[in-house]
Amino acid sequence: MSTDPAYRMAGPAGGESTLRIVWIYPDLLSTYGDRGNMLILERRARLRGMPVECIEVRSDQRLPISADIYLLGGGEDGPQALGAQRLIADGGLRRAAEQGSVVFAVCAGYQLLGGSFFAKGTKCAGLDLLDLHSDRGPSRAVGELAGAIDPRLGLPPLSGFENHGGRTHLGPGVSALARVSTGIGNDGNTEGAWRGKLLGTYSHGPALARNPALADLLLRWAIGVQQLPPLDDTWSDRLRAERSAALAAARQ
Amino acid sequence: MPLRAKVASSVSRTAAALSRAAGRGDGSVIGGWIGLKIDPDLLAHLASGRAIALVSGTNGKTTTTRLTAAAVGVLGRVATNSFGANMPTGHTSALAKAGSTPYAVLEVDEHYLAQVLEATEPRVVALLNLSRDQLDRAKEVAMMAQLWRAALVRHPSIRVIANADDPMVVWAATPPATRSPQVAPAPVIWFSAGQRWHDDSWVCPECGSPIERMADQWWCTGCWLRRPEPQWVVEDDGVVDPAGDWHKVVLQLPGRVNLGNAATALAVAAEFGVRPTDAVSRLGGVASVAGRYAQVAKDGRTVRLLLAKNPASWLEAFDMAEEAPTLLSINARDPDGLDTSWLFDVDFAPLRGRQVLITGDRAYDLAVRLDVNGVPFQHVRTFTEAITSVPPGRLEVIANYTAFQDIRAELDRVN
Ligand SMILES: [Zn+2]
Repeated sequence: MSTDPAYRMAGPAGGESTLRIVWIYPDLLSTYGDRGNMLILERRARLRGMPVECIEVRSDQRLPISADIYLLGGGEDGPQALGAQRLIADGGLRRAAEQGSVVFAVCAGYQLLGGSFFAKGTKCAGLDLLDLHSDRGPSRAVGELAGAIDPRLGLPPLSGFENHGGRTHLGPGVSALARVSTGIGNDGNTEGAWRGKLLGTYSHGPALARNPALADLLLRWAIGVQQLPPLDDTWSDRLRAERSAALAAARQ
Repeated sequence: MPLRAKVASSVSRTAAALSRAAGRGDGSVIGGWIGLKIDPDLLAHLASGRAIALVSGTNGKTTTTRLTAAAVGVLGRVATNSFGANMPTGHTSALAKAGSTPYAVLEVDEHYLAQVLEATEPRVVALLNLSRDQLDRAKEVAMMAQLWRAALVRHPSIRVIANADDPMVVWAATPPATRSPQVAPAPVIWFSAGQRWHDDSWVCPECGSPIERMADQWWCTGCWLRRPEPQWVVEDDGVVDPAGDWHKVVLQLPGRVNLGNAATALAVAAEFGVRPTDAVSRLGGVASVAGRYAQVAKDGRTVRLLLAKNPASWLEAFDMAEEAPTLLSINARDPDGLDTSWLFDVDFAPLRGRQVLITGDRAYDLAVRLDVNGVPFQHVRTFTEAITSVPPGRLEVIANYTAFQDIRAELDRVN
């Protein structure tokens, strides 16, 4: 943990000196502690001496297109369908993604980045930013979610909790985020998806609390650097170890 | 009472006594379950002839029920489910055990309100609040408000006493506008108990528009829904009644939240004809509610236990706790919900400046949350270690459900 000048970053790729994080539609897409991802990114950037601005954009407001990181949270069927409609009509997220902004989406937010998803028994159009489609699974996936992350991302295993009724089918245009060792994720085999600087996961709520290295990946993508100064991650390390021990105990 | 109901009631009482004697809980649920098996209408039979108040909501219902029963007690004997067994089986047990009483005040799980309204035909129903609870199993908050509303529409003669500060509750308590109001429902009595938790009521349940807030007021930006003028209001350390008279309220229970609960209890009791001046002294007699708020002396420390089971009740616990060393304990066993994500829905900033200790099965989840929140803390393995880590004086303990039970059991063993 240091705010030593030697660690100061040049600033995000956009040339602005402030890292701008947008939480999309907290009035619709906010369950299970989704706010946590914004708080964690903000804290980890600040600890490296970087000024941060967090912007919560309600569903009746226009989405700014010049932010560095966009966050999408979880939600029930109704708000998910409404959120997708408004995001498609707004058009801002597509433009931001095309300009190279980072998008991190969980649960319902992850599904609506794809081509289509099911809400309240109806097939709904998604934003089509990721080559994937979601439908309903035979049962609800509730519980711990874990697995090895795509080695190209260079991250330790994913650790999370899932609570969703969807199943997601990946097309050739995206890569799976992880191979599932515990839980369901997309379909019992793979979990989440990524392409470029867009990344989605079924690890819901404050997914970054248990995956600080993933938080740093999003920050590195946003800033355009290979490395960030390390932080004291004692507590998240202990949390990850405790969860992984609990999973091992449950398997016996 | 029909013979079948009499038999069921007597069997229910016996089963509860057997269950208690066998050391299997307090018997309040098992007795009622057996009784209901014999006569599904038993609850209705047991309820008939009594003037009944129901108390429901996500938080504060156990405490408010206890305070209301104390206030209505001015008039005579009151049956109540004081163990917090708040589903129909628990109500059946409570009424069977109490025998014939002129009054009953029952705490009702929010999911069962419609069913219990139907069975007991209460005179009054008090609606406290609605917020997210036990995330991996609960219904959407708006869905719950819709169920309440539909149930109340079917019973227009029941007097509704509701929290003006919670948009979901106000919407649920306000019947949809009818074109032919032959059966005009009784007007709602509004109380102001405050609402610290706003994250489940940003969107209007009537029209989907954003809800705006300023100071105590709130209003929908798209329709008629707005905060009604409350008749019962907390002011300083007392309660103002609809006539405008202020009554000092001295409680043993801590926090402004409990003053709000007291205001609700006075409002309900007033519907039974109890004057606030006669009821307030009764409220002061309530010292603890099912172990909550109980104070225990141990090794020179005065330990107070506060239960916080969902984000809204954590904010309330911070309000009740004194500026003193504070132990937080978190589990995620079945009764708590297996998911700890809600920790990030709670802002722990009010704890800054206090000595904070953490423990419980899921202490590390809490550690990460506090770290992000900028709240310094110390991790302890056991409750005993917590005691020895704080100076003599007060220790506030805030815990979720099973963590609370664990600490209570540990305290019971040593005391
Ligand atoms: Zn409205």
